[in-house]
Amino acid sequence: MDFTVKQEHEFVRQMVRDFAAAEVEPIAADIDQEHRFPEENIPKMARYGLLGVPFPKEWGGSGGDNVAYAITVEELSRVCATTGVICSAHTSLCAWPIFNYGTDAQKEKYLIPLAKGEKLGAFGLTEPNAGTDASGQQTKAEDKGDHWLINGSKVFITNGGYADTFVVMAMTDKAKGNRGISSFIVEKDFEGFSVGKTEDKMGICGSSTTELVFRDMRIPKENLLGDEGQGFKVALSTLDGGRIGIASQALGIAQGAFDVTVDYMKSRRQFGKRLADMEALRFEMADLKTRIDAARLLIYRAADMKDRHENYGPMSAMAKLYASETAMHVTTKCVQMHGGYGYTKDYPVERMMRDAKITEIYEGTSEAQKLVIAASVFGK
Amino acid sequence: MAFKIIVCAKQVPDTNEIKIDPVTKTLVREGVPSILNHDDANALEEALKIKDMYPDTHITVITMGPPQAKNMLRECLAMGADDAVLASDRALGGSDTWATSNALAAACRKVGEYDLIFAGRQAIDGDTAQVGPQLAEKLGIPQVTYVTEFSIEDDRTHITVKRALEDGYELIKIKTPCMLTAIKELNSPRYMSIGGIYDAVRRDIPSWGAAELGVDPDKEVGLLASPTNVYRSFTPVPKGKGVTIEGESDKDIADKLIIALKAKHAI
Repeated sequence: MDFTVKQEHEFVRQMVRDFAAAEVEPIAADIDQEHRFPEENIPKMARYGLLGVPFPKEWGGSGGDNVAYAITVEELSRVCATTGVICSAHTSLCAWPIFNYGTDAQKEKYLIPLAKGEKLGAFGLTEPNAGTDASGQQTKAEDKGDHWLINGSKVFITNGGYADTFVVMAMTDKAKGNRGISSFIVEKDFEGFSVGKTEDKMGICGSSTTELVFRDMRIPKENLLGDEGQGFKVALSTLDGGRIGIASQALGIAQGAFDVTVDYMKSRRQFGKRLADMEALRFEMADLKTRIDAARLLIYRAADMKDRHENYGPMSAMAKLYASETAMHVTTKCVQMHGGYGYTKDYPVERMMRDAKITEIYEGTSEAQKLVIAASVFGK
Repeated sequence: MAFKIIVCAKQVPDTNEIKIDPVTKTLVREGVPSILNHDDANALEEALKIKDMYPDTHITVITMGPPQAKNMLRECLAMGADDAVLASDRALGGSDTWATSNALAAACRKVGEYDLIFAGRQAIDGDTAQVGPQLAEKLGIPQVTYVTEFSIEDDRTHITVKRALEDGYELIKIKTPCMLTAIKELNSPRYMSIGGIYDAVRRDIPSWGAAELGVDPDKEVGLLASPTNVYRSFTPVPKGKGVTIEGESDKDIADKLIIALKAKHAI
């Protein structure tokens, strides 16, 4: 067992932290308030390889590993959870399934521009009646001989309004249940594709969360991703990896809230002394730091297992469960530490607390993570 | 023909994190992160901009320092430099600016041909601004310091720079090969890229000692060869609060200022 930090990971943290401080943090409060997608930062993230961290260079990526990817999402989310999830959904949910299941031709056409950050990606699984129970897909794909015809809709799609490339699940054979689901690569310019309603959310307000509508959408035959009927497996394995991204986002939110609270406690004085000198509050912060670091170790372990091609699914579920609940716990406590100021928009902890909540819900609720973890204990 | 640039850089303690030992009054170096000197990052950025414009440009970063200075060189590689060289040897320890520029001049000669040497104006730890100019003198090439704007002609035989002076600017056209020192107004350094980081950590960085550099440890480099030595480092007593002179009009304020200066026999 080796807990020493590798030099590349140290550099990645330093680089992303510098980038986030200069390019992301200054706009974080504004994009939250204006519910504005930070479009201007996408080319900057692309330039420095932040949108293709774990993919090989021959496929347009940065040649990094999943630990570096986790650190990237963590450091972005430390100052702006919206920017963290843009990176995570793009990388884990769109680029990764194409990398893992795509043909060389699909990788050439879709993965390279995604990994270079020239195109932005999104993932369409959730439907109004298929959330945690993803098997209840109603979007249908019909084989029309020389093309697929897709009808249906998706909801809560992260990056929905700004993505160019989508990995979308649809039912190709209803009779086969889960084995009748297939996955497809969809371009935003395909005829019959449209972006529907944009959600008005509690947190991650700069993130674009939309409905996708497919009306007689024609998809080229070669855009089937993986084999016909393999879609459920594609979706579940994609979410196994996605959990590392969201866990890292949660970790970043928790660390960000913790760091600004430490600064606040060093300057805020009550009863003639700094908050940082009050033992009850120091002990509270000691607890938070312990939880944050425990979450970090779970995440890096899951990421490292993924890099070593081990069965990391239950580990990433534990990491996501623990990190997201840590984010909620830590941000709630950090608002409390700030007192009345923490409840105002003059301090970032209020935004961080709103942002934290979604990490317990999307890419598998905490309850869904427990299903995965329990199945690894008792069997399915 | 490729355009060859040497960038001189230094690893320095991050002054944002610096503390002074209250007893010894010297810098506490333990636990202080080391960083790429800011002005040197500007020098590297300008070299990288030339490379963006002319892809056949080749950039070698050289530094003199302890073995851990390789970390900073890797940072330079991760930003986009092509090669890096470390001049490192116990015999180089304790070098002042004169001895340092001897070692760097030897390293530049060993790198071989160059069209341009770019350095930062000064390091944030020593603050001398002497090494760059001394290096140019020893290599016998022209130099311009405090470069705040830079442009290069397509044939890359001439460079035009704007040089910042205390009370104005000079526009100077200079022939290559030459040596320039950068100040922070010149540009905003880029970040490392993730892909660059992964390439940089796997690179072998050559380390040249006094023997490889061909410098004499007794006469050219190191503590003994250095004509200057730091006698003592200390923190200056902070200046007292200034006096604000207020008045009805500018003339009134000026009159009061003159009276105050005369009272102190300053004028």
